[in-house]
Amino acid sequence: MTINEHKPLERIGVYVCHCGTNIAGIVDVEDVSKWAGEHLKSRGVVIARDYKFMCSSLGQELIEKDIKELGLTRVVVAACSPHLHEKTFRTATARGGLNPYFCELVSIREQVSWVHTDKAAATAKSKAVVSGGVERVLHHEALEPLHVPIHPTTLVVGGGIAGISSALEIADAGFPVYLIEREPSIGGHMAQFDKTFPTLDCSACILTPKMVSAGSHPNITLMSWSEVTKVDGYVGNFTVTIRQKARYVNTELCTGCGICQEKCPKKVIDDVFEAGLGYRKAVYTPFPQAVPKYPVIDRLNCTYFLKGTCKACEKFCPTNAIDFNQQDEDITINVGNIILATGFNPFDPRRMPQYGYGHLANVFTSLEFERLCNAAGPTNGKVVLRDGVTTPKAVGIVHCVGSRDQNYNSYCSVICCMQSLKFAHLVKERTGAEVYNFYIDIRAAFKDYEEFYQRVQEEGTHFVRGKVAEITTAARIPSEEGKLIVQVEDTLIGKQRRIPLDMVILSTGLEPRSDSKEVAKLFGISCSAAGWYIERHPKLDPVATMTEGIFLAGCIQGPKDIPASVTQGAAAAARILGRIEQKEIELEPIRATVDADKCSGCRICNDLCPFNAISFHEDTMVSEINPALCQGCGTCVAACPAGAISGTGFSDIQVLAQLEGLLMLNVD
Amino acid sequence: MPETFEPLIIGFTCNWCSYRAADLAGTSRIKYPPNVRLIRLMCSGRLDPTFIFKALASGADAVMITGCHPGECHYIEQNYKALRRYLLVRRTLAQLGVEPERVKLVWASAAEGLHLAQEITKFTEEVRALGPLNWPKNGGFHGEGQELIASAVDPSQEVEEVKA
Repeated sequence: MTINEHKPLERIGVYVCHCGTNIAGIVDVEDVSKWAGEHLKSRGVVIARDYKFMCSSLGQELIEKDIKELGLTRVVVAACSPHLHEKTFRTATARGGLNPYFCELVSIREQVSWVHTDKAAATAKSKAVVSGGVERVLHHEALEPLHVPIHPTTLVVGGGIAGISSALEIADAGFPVYLIEREPSIGGHMAQFDKTFPTLDCSACILTPKMVSAGSHPNITLMSWSEVTKVDGYVGNFTVTIRQKARYVNTELCTGCGICQEKCPKKVIDDVFEAGLGYRKAVYTPFPQAVPKYPVIDRLNCTYFLKGTCKACEKFCPTNAIDFNQQDEDITINVGNIILATGFNPFDPRRMPQYGYGHLANVFTSLEFERLCNAAGPTNGKVVLRDGVTTPKAVGIVHCVGSRDQNYNSYCSVICCMQSLKFAHLVKERTGAEVYNFYIDIRAAFKDYEEFYQRVQEEGTHFVRGKVAEITTAARIPSEEGKLIVQVEDTLIGKQRRIPLDMVILSTGLEPRSDSKEVAKLFGISCSAAGWYIERHPKLDPVATMTEGIFLAGCIQGPKDIPASVTQGAAAAARILGRIEQKEIELEPIRATVDADKCSGCRICNDLCPFNAISFHEDTMVSEINPALCQGCGTCVAACPAGAISGTGFSDIQVLAQLEGLLMLNVD
Repeated sequence: MPETFEPLIIGFTCNWCSYRAADLAGTSRIKYPPNVRLIRLMCSGRLDPTFIFKALASGADAVMITGCHPGECHYIEQNYKALRRYLLVRRTLAQLGVEPERVKLVWASAAEGLHLAQEITKFTEEVRALGPLNWPKNGGFHGEGQELIASAVDPSQEVEEVKA
């Protein structure tokens, strides 16, 4: 006896998609549909068709027409993954007059034709998959989507250009935003840059107005020097705990005059903003245009915190804003949606000892060079060697450091080619030095980038196509003495070359934040093995994540340049604004329910639920599931010894029926 | 030459990670043997051990359970519950005289299409080496004693009322 043996039959339509040749190239779709029509007839299949593109409007009309004319009560579509077109076919089913959940989409593309090569085996598996879908759909119930209200406030995590852009878009539309930044100031990496490619806009000039708007916007609550420590709840209503780290400066009194920074006797090497090239004080704002303007006291380096005396800042502060007793504070907020824009870490070239960074003084990273070029940087914009005075006469720029390399990161970091071209231009402009770019390929895609490449070529930069093997000071001939020698195979002339230089800039690639995996866990989303966060769909939805209500912007999702980060930030904002305007969102009605008549009150399920959705009624001695808290994972359904809990959409009988179908137990 | 045995494997996948990994294997055109047939669940925590026994008793030679990596569950921690059940199922199978190796647990994140495909390939070979299970013919679901087993796994049957 099988589960479906006595199931009253429905009138089922089976639709097998060719997907052009994507499916039909491997699976004999005509055979599958013919087989379903003949061998699944006793299971209720009244019509089985194959069609070139089921998702086309003509394909969808086929379903609608058959529902109306043949009186279908269930629909099975064998096509692509439900993650792609489930909604399409449910909508078509609904247009035909049926409840949309009477449609089942089974995948014979991602899970059959694209992964198998044997045509006969793929066709046989497709038949089994269709049979599974037919058995399952017999047990589908008419469902209504859930409606979840959306809290109008949005949380943006990360105050780089992507986060700032998205926060401003939402705030300008009139809705409240919390913008959280880990560092004392927003601005992110863009604030460290001198110029931006390909237009050579001054980075600060285009960024600081945005920072100021974000800092002073009535709809934006800016919390710098803060980190998210806990996230609860779901789309529409997240409860987020933010740790506001102690600044030791009372922001209500501080005017940002900067006297404390002037008077502080403790100089500290600034590893973050100045990339180790410059100094800051123990009480500091990372840079003069910092937003917010309030400084923080770095307690690891502050003389008072280390030795118990000093308090110079406190003595000189005209508004008595210094408060050494301040404590970290946990703040809890409610938000409807979250945008993650936590950015990237630059690749650390110390991992490539052959390039000498860290022991050869005049090998610089790209971030160091940005600071050298910057008029507000440690050298006031002078491009000089590590000694601080000598202007280089020959400079090499090494592309793809840490990128496109199986030993480090196999991906392309996207921005390094353009960044290197920008460096070449800036070195030429500031020093007149000979510039050598060592590249594998030049990737100058996107607007005006190729033109910039041509411009740099015309400026007389030397381009050497080849991956640098080594940077060394071991001279072989007198002209190499005291120089950095770049050993490289010039693949265009097919020769090994040794090029003596004064300065080498390593165009380091982008890597995920070192804590990206922990942060992903905190927000309950997934990241790739490398640590980039995974978008809902790589092409059609590069903004959302698989977790409803959490969106991505900027380099958190993968390496990208400033325009792309801004675009993604705005796109995430647009998506959220639509939801806020709708005031609610439709969700899949996948929830568990307890049949009170069957519940024995054993309470096994109560502790299994991670969302505390199950409560026990002492008076009636049964458990009940709160549908607003239930997320539909089904763990309680699987655990209930009395079979009293059923999970909508994934009930025992649906799963078991599909299983029997896949094993072809009911086939004539 | 004797015909090689083609095992039939049922794979249970999690909607958020391994089913997406299977999708990714597809979009990346990574090949694996056609012996596996997948069932999508919302979470590996949804996996009722009954499903595994039902699959084995109904003709599958092996069952593959897949879920999110520990700590990465979409529902916080339900994959740990899948892990516990998996260990119990293996022990039970051994007591029933079935090789516990016929059930395998694989963690695969949404980004690990290649990993999932490799695991399916590996598992197919492992099951091929174990040989057919033939449970249905040996007194399983459609063999002798089927009524007993059917009543044990049929969830549609009335549950006896237990007074609270």
